[in-house]
Amino acid sequence: MKRFGRQAIFYGVLIAVWVLLAELKVWPPYVFPTPQGVFQALRAGFADHSFWIAISVSMKRMLLGYTLSVILGMILGLGVASNKFLEETVGGLLVSLQSLPSICWLPLAVLWFGLSEKAILFVVVMGSLLSVTIAMETGRQQMPKIYGMAGRNLGARGFPLFWHVLLPASLPYIVSGLKQGWAFAWRSLISGEMIFVSLGLGQLLMMGRDLNDMSQVIAVMILIVAIGYIVDGLVFKTVERRIQRKWGLAPA
Amino acid sequence: MTANLAAQPSLSPDHRGTSRVGRTKTAGLSVLPIRRAEVNSIPKVALDGISLSYNTNDGSKLLALDDIQLEVKAGEFLCIVGPSGCGKSTLLHLIAGLQKATSGHVRMDGKVVDSPGTDRILIFQELGLFPWLTVGENVEFGMKMKGVPKSDRQEKTAYYLRLVHLSQFKDSYTHQLSGGMRQRVALARALATEPDVLLMDEPFAALDAQTRDLLHDELERIWAETGRTIIFVTHNVREAVRLGDRVALFTFRPGRIKREFSIDLPRPRHLEDITVAKNAREILDELREEINKSLEEQYGYEAIR
Repeated sequence: MKRFGRQAIFYGVLIAVWVLLAELKVWPPYVFPTPQGVFQALRAGFADHSFWIAISVSMKRMLLGYTLSVILGMILGLGVASNKFLEETVGGLLVSLQSLPSICWLPLAVLWFGLSEKAILFVVVMGSLLSVTIAMETGRQQMPKIYGMAGRNLGARGFPLFWHVLLPASLPYIVSGLKQGWAFAWRSLISGEMIFVSLGLGQLLMMGRDLNDMSQVIAVMILIVAIGYIVDGLVFKTVERRIQRKWGLAPA
Repeated sequence: MTANLAAQPSLSPDHRGTSRVGRTKTAGLSVLPIRRAEVNSIPKVALDGISLSYNTNDGSKLLALDDIQLEVKAGEFLCIVGPSGCGKSTLLHLIAGLQKATSGHVRMDGKVVDSPGTDRILIFQELGLFPWLTVGENVEFGMKMKGVPKSDRQEKTAYYLRLVHLSQFKDSYTHQLSGGMRQRVALARALATEPDVLLMDEPFAALDAQTRDLLHDELERIWAETGRTIIFVTHNVREAVRLGDRVALFTFRPGRIKREFSIDLPRPRHLEDITVAKNAREILDELREEINKSLEEQYGYEAIR
């Protein structure tokens, strides 16, 4: 509770300074918006449904792209983890590709798919695929070997062995990678949406710029941070904690 | 009474030859005066000249197991003792099909097996219980993989949990249980797949003495109730004599069967029985030599002076 109190004071002071600076009118409002203006923009955005539509469009893309990259990443990661040749070749390539910001895939995607949903999905997938793959690979390597042996010993092989043993056994080791993958996918999506017009939160952000509406720009930025925080803080933290409790890695 | 401690040489090729003839069911063979009544039947588990060598880091080859010949009858309780590093755990992995021998075969009911199968279940030293499943789901796992229908699975899970006295812990997770209880979950999980052969790798080594005594009694009772064949690896000679019909003594590196001992003591036995102690003494004297060899290797000569 003490921690919460300190946080409340911090944000209170932050907003107070903001109000003060805005009231002093050092800069014009299109450069430095008032908190009331941003609040108005948020309210208006939700009232005329444009924020809701943008959120639902963006989340739909996220879910689709992220699911795709988790599936692909698992297959790739397992392949790399279980095959020495793949590890030395594909594994190395993946690590070096990680230094490429995922938005760099957009020009390629546009040339391949045109200005379409596919192009933006491609960028989202490329944004998170690498971290999911690497998480899966290291998860498989860190996972105690005993579980795989016990599974085979009890008659599991092929896909059931993967699904009922190897995957759950490596879950505590890959969940942080899955979380990172989500964060990367989220960033790639917003950048992608900013660059080409197609609804979504990124486009809303660019619209604010086009209209010289700084309040909307800040409002959308707050929205993007809030959604990212909620998914990370609620969804992934809960999953992580539940896994740790179930595995006996953390006190209940 | 050392008379009931009949030392037997490891099985000779001649002996294997006889049992192979036995399989053809030629009339009259049943009168052959060989050591056990059911010798004409095919052994449950037979190891034909199992050898295993590793490549070590410096490029040389290390012979871990050397030409193991062993036959285990259906329903027999065989204990394998030897110093640590004699390859006895590895042998269980080979029988379970989790590892491949460099040469030789494992036969189940006369048929060569080279992959894991639910007819022989290994209970690992570190158990390998699945932490993401409840106790009940752990026990059910093997049956699920075998495709046993759900209602049967539940019935059998309940039965085997009762057998190991863990019914009220069906919905617990394994990390919530004590070491002895986890040991019993592993036993129930193995038994639930209804294997012919149970392979146990030093299962009670990490337990306190009281829990271990209790589990000895339970294992003996369950063995009698289910009629399974058990191959039990331990470094504790007294435990081997307490439990086994027969004890095979392994040499230190390369692992070889040095001698086999029949334990013809009445059951139920107890670890403190004077007869158990006496038999163990005799085996221990032979084992001592091998232990010294292993100590020499680990600590050099000085340690055993």
